[in-house]
Amino acid sequence: MAAASQHRVPQALVALGAVLLCIGSYWGLAKAPGEVFMGDVQRIMYVHVPTAWNAMLALTFAFVCAVSFLFSNAWKWDNRLEAAMEIGVVLSLLLCTQGAIWAKPTWGVWWDWDPRLTTTAVMVFAFGGILALRAFVDDPMKRAVWSAVACIVAFADVPIVYFSVKWWNSLHQAQSSPETVSKAFHWPLRINAFGILFLWTGLLALRARVAALRLRSEIAPPLPERPRAASDARASGGAS
Amino acid sequence: MTDLLVALRKDLLLQWRGRAQIVAIFAFGAATLLLFSFAIGPDSVALREHAAGFLWLGLLLASTLSLAESFEREMEEQALEGLLLLPASARALYYGKAIANCAQLTLLGVALVPVMVVLYDAGTVRLLSLLGVILLGTAGLSAPGTLYAAMTAQTRARQTLLPLLLFPLVVPVLLAAVKATSLLILGDPMGQLRPWTSLLGAFAVVHWALGGLLFGRVVED
Repeated sequence: MAAASQHRVPQALVALGAVLLCIGSYWGLAKAPGEVFMGDVQRIMYVHVPTAWNAMLALTFAFVCAVSFLFSNAWKWDNRLEAAMEIGVVLSLLLCTQGAIWAKPTWGVWWDWDPRLTTTAVMVFAFGGILALRAFVDDPMKRAVWSAVACIVAFADVPIVYFSVKWWNSLHQAQSSPETVSKAFHWPLRINAFGILFLWTGLLALRARVAALRLRSEIAPPLPERPRAASDARASGGAS
Repeated sequence: MTDLLVALRKDLLLQWRGRAQIVAIFAFGAATLLLFSFAIGPDSVALREHAAGFLWLGLLLASTLSLAESFEREMEEQALEGLLLLPASARALYYGKAIANCAQLTLLGVALVPVMVVLYDAGTVRLLSLLGVILLGTAGLSAPGTLYAAMTAQTRARQTLLPLLLFPLVVPVLLAAVKATSLLILGDPMGQLRPWTSLLGAFAVVHWALGGLLFGRVVED
């Protein structure tokens, strides 16, 4: 009963996030006016920009979890780290995909070596590599410490990657913020941003719970059930 | 400081005794430089333009072999556990190994330069500057490389994991080192060498500091 109530809040967050995302996307696709220069192509911004904000937020939360784990050695931070990194990688992959879909009609190419695009791709590989590391370490303590250390190093690397690629080449348009876009675009952007935020925080709580259950079975695996038929046979054999 | 020097001496001695390995890694690096030229074709102008990129890609690929090897030896007979039982800090052990790895990679980089000059006709007279770029670049590779090698040496699939973790992380080193080396080979009319070497220096400072801070947690039991 307690476990069921534990799930209720994250499930409600996921449902609320999905509803908000539907409303925001409908607003962005059908109600909001088209952009002057790009036309309908620009409408991908209503998911692209909120995905970018949330991907950054998820990976920043992963960094906070990594630091908290190294200081406290509390398993809950490792469970959250695993969940946050997975969500961050998925959101970053989505970000790259949406960016490519937008870039083809706008820039004429699927991919360009622009700082933000390249940094996102590097982040996908850096944090994806840490998820791979987690998959290959059996000892839960080593897995937790190593992935926390690798997460801190990778997170510290993100600004250096960004600036190095920025110096190397630059094409991406200036960053969007509520001040730089027309007021007509604000609401769908905000609704989608909160929609994705609620969606991933709910999923994070559920995924962290799965990680906690797996950890429990790794540290203290459940005793194998004794087959009833075999024990009965043994008992009867002993009697004869 | 004494701990660090003793650790460094131990790692340099290990490398000297396993010098056949260094020769093999150099041969690997030289072979990659030869293979890269097939991607471009016999166009001497294009080859010269891309020479710096090929040099650093060759060095990066060779570095994973050399970094992985530096911790493979510590895994034999549980040597690492023995080291950690000594009254020396884990930080000294890390810096000793990272400096030894940096020295080995610098040597490898310096040895690959003549191969690059011969294959791609891409020489420079600013040899001291080139040595400085190689030293800064290999310092950037060896700090996170040593930290990650300490982890991956203890895992399954270590040959895959080290490059998977290291390559995305050292993108700034690769970019800055290729740019700086290119400027030395092809000329630097705009005076762009200093910002790129500063970037290499900044990367090295951040990662040498982080590595020293975090290594103790990586090797603790």
